[in-house]
Amino acid sequence: MRGAATKRARAGGEPLRNERELRAIADNVLRLAKLRGVKEAEVHVEEVIDALTRFANNAIHQNVAEHGLSVSIRTVADGRTVRVTTNRVDEDSLRAALENSLALAASQPKDPQLLPLPGKQKYRALRRFIPATAALTAEERARAVKRACELADRRGQVAAGIFQSGQSQTVLCNSRGLFAAYRQTQAEFSVTMQQGAAASWAKANAADVRAIDPIALAKTASDKANRAQNPVELAPGKYTVILEPAAVLDLVGFLFYDFAATAVEDKRSCFSGRLGKNLFGKNITITDDVHHAEQLGPQFDGEGMPRQRVVLVDKGVLRNLVYSRRSAKAAHAKPTGHGFPLPNEYGEAPMNLVIGGGNSSLEEMVCTTERCLLVTRLWYIREVDPYEKIMTGMTRDGLFLVEKGQIGRGVRNFRFNQSILEMLANVELLGMAQRASGEESFEMVVPPMKIREFQFSEVTKF
Amino acid sequence: MWEHCGHSLDVARLRGATYADVRVMHQRQRDLTTKNGRVGTLGQSESIGLGIRVIAQGAWGFASTDVLTREGVSACAAQAVAIAKASALAKKKDVQLAPEAAYVDSWQSPFLKDPFEIPLETQLALLLAADEAMRRVKGVTLTETDMQFRKVDTWFASSEGSKIHQRRVVSGCGIVATCFQGDAIQKRSYPNSFGGQHILGGYELIESLDLLKHAPQVAEEAVALHGATQCPERTGTLILGASQLGLQIHESIGHPIELDRVLGQEANFAGTSFLTLDQLNHLRYASPIVNVVADARIVHGPGLGTFAYDDEGVPAQRIDVIKAGEFCGYLSSRETAHLIGLQRSGGTVRTEGWNRLPMIRMTNVSILPGPWTLENLIADTDEGILMETNRSWSIDDRRYQFQFSTEIAWEIQGGKKTRMVKNPSYSGITTEFWNSCDAICNADHWLLWGTPNCGKGQPMQTMGTGHGAAPARFRNVKIGTAFSEE
Repeated sequence: MRGAATKRARAGGEPLRNERELRAIADNVLRLAKLRGVKEAEVHVEEVIDALTRFANNAIHQNVAEHGLSVSIRTVADGRTVRVTTNRVDEDSLRAALENSLALAASQPKDPQLLPLPGKQKYRALRRFIPATAALTAEERARAVKRACELADRRGQVAAGIFQSGQSQTVLCNSRGLFAAYRQTQAEFSVTMQQGAAASWAKANAADVRAIDPIALAKTASDKANRAQNPVELAPGKYTVILEPAAVLDLVGFLFYDFAATAVEDKRSCFSGRLGKNLFGKNITITDDVHHAEQLGPQFDGEGMPRQRVVLVDKGVLRNLVYSRRSAKAAHAKPTGHGFPLPNEYGEAPMNLVIGGGNSSLEEMVCTTERCLLVTRLWYIREVDPYEKIMTGMTRDGLFLVEKGQIGRGVRNFRFNQSILEMLANVELLGMAQRASGEESFEMVVPPMKIREFQFSEVTKF
Repeated sequence: MWEHCGHSLDVARLRGATYADVRVMHQRQRDLTTKNGRVGTLGQSESIGLGIRVIAQGAWGFASTDVLTREGVSACAAQAVAIAKASALAKKKDVQLAPEAAYVDSWQSPFLKDPFEIPLETQLALLLAADEAMRRVKGVTLTETDMQFRKVDTWFASSEGSKIHQRRVVSGCGIVATCFQGDAIQKRSYPNSFGGQHILGGYELIESLDLLKHAPQVAEEAVALHGATQCPERTGTLILGASQLGLQIHESIGHPIELDRVLGQEANFAGTSFLTLDQLNHLRYASPIVNVVADARIVHGPGLGTFAYDDEGVPAQRIDVIKAGEFCGYLSSRETAHLIGLQRSGGTVRTEGWNRLPMIRMTNVSILPGPWTLENLIADTDEGILMETNRSWSIDDRRYQFQFSTEIAWEIQGGKKTRMVKNPSYSGITTEFWNSCDAICNADHWLLWGTPNCGKGQPMQTMGTGHGAAPARFRNVKIGTAFSEE
């Protein structure tokens, strides 16, 4: 029985329920809905197990685990819909949630654009549940963290970071026979090494924890922190930069919502009036592809529609947007399987961006560059101008001067004010695309980029 | 709930915990939005569960569960202790907690109208009416409104004998008009951007905002901004409206004074702070007219950082942060208080929910009012810019260098508010900026603003914070840098 205390407590906790248990909860809701005379109901059951070991000052200071399950019910009747969510799964609580949903739905005006629920769909299989990740224990995370901290101790540095591992599953059913299920594991190691006033950072995220090498990441961050000592202050201005993949993804990730057909319809997207136009360099191709080998996430959207591979930008030309069922109908297009759970006002977004890369390694890109700045990561990125897509933010944890093909000394961090549209028109060279993880956007598959005329506006104190 | 609390503490103790505290939380939330005259989001959720934090072998462990049975709670407490023992594999020293008395108490935040008792029809009708009032203005291309309500019950118990129940009710509301014209998007929000105003209170907040009165003006300004003058790039005098000053306080005072950041505990994610321990009682943070407090007590106002006890069971307090310009106080916890010579925590530890670890968070970090009326302040300004309502915000990971932009601004010439300015922005270095403050408006202009979306921690936690602020004037500020071509 789940929840029973074992004689020797598991620091890893209990495993995920069997998928059949989640389906039984969903079927129970649909049964209750039918008994209540509800013609259309959708049930979304999610279970999350997550554990995260956090370290700072070369020691573990926080270490947490969670296990939760939620049931989200959407009823559709007479042009009205509402979502009610609970984490109580006994029959009385589910019945109460259903009644609540009906009462709230009746309180709103009709929406003539509301669509009936979709019927049964077909999905390509995805295998992203890795038992080795699910089995990772708090002791194993602690030992890996200890090795990173010992490296920092040996080098006179201070380490901080996380080692996270988790598993999740989701089941989506509706009263028209749609059934979708997905489960995945995910692990992440992120480390910041501080040496005096300098710092650097490295991070990896994967479904399979065995693909992550914590000590290698710690060494990378450590070496870069050592190189970043006594940074030189340069004048703000336009520089050629090489953005490492994390920096690329954290900036380009801010285009997520702009690719949504609903955002274009609402005239809040930077792509409003720009579909079909040559916006970027010919070396820029952006797709959304949940089935890419280095992506994570379910193969269906918030209504259960299968996620399609969509070429958003082809050789610099904005070719396509992504569509939910509603926005597709409004635009006389086909749904692409990118809708958020309804009801919502945002519509949809691509969640699995892949930017095509080149053949060069980051090292080769550096070697062939006369002078530029190498950017490890960006921080606190916010939108300054929504249509020109000017973003501001800071460089962080490793800004280096590259001269004559060599990475040189550290540089004091800059603030940038840079249009992403202009940036993607100024890409001179692309490295090899890889799964990257930052802090401001979802993980995606991106290459490092060498970009001319990147606009730095001010410099900070370190 | 007390039975679950007591049982989990017993299990933790039996498994070897030397300290434990537990929170059972029942969280209810209602979210409503409209867009272009139609309902957008309409949802209600509830979540109930238990989170237990323990010290074993001198190290921390935390586990949470939504299985509120005797067996589920036992397993969770045992897991927390096992995790603490794993933490001890990589510890430098034992956790040390500042002493705190045990409390047995119950408290409910004050409100006049329970927002969950107000019919949804009433709430939606108001939002749709405001939405329509904005859409009537020619040129508006997108209208949005939102309401959000939360009711959270927390049962806190500790192995030291505290048993505290608190109920907090939070309400929030806002409207936005957007105008896309030519090659630009302009927007205006009321009463604040990014969700509006949020307080610890009930539906009376929504009624007090008078959305229908303000909706046309918001829409007209969004359209008018397209014809306004571009914000000049120069160094000059800046007057910030109260809500923007609230966010300025949040980013450049509230975060730097978090002691966990100062001690490097957030170095990998949220960042650190320029306010190293040697700066306490030595740094001239601001000009002598600036006084800032962190005040979680209800007497400070119904802020998102108002409570009776924090999530370590420490009573709400007022902490002087900046007194006559001098830096004099951090936000601390039971674990960190001794590091700055305090005998007791400042009572600032909070959690987003039952499945998250409590951590140091801003309470209500507020600037105290000055003597000026806004009219007199403008009249006293020969040349300057008045900026209102945040549009974007960004600051480096040690909280030195910032850049903000706002939705709208007005030029001030010869002591008069003159033409509208679009795309306003300003930037600076935290201490230089605060030392350039030479006027703060009085209590008539002071409002406790709610910031509902402050992110911190891993796993990420979103927390509401409060910021009392009145319009204030700053000299020699860099203005217009966000759109600089240089």
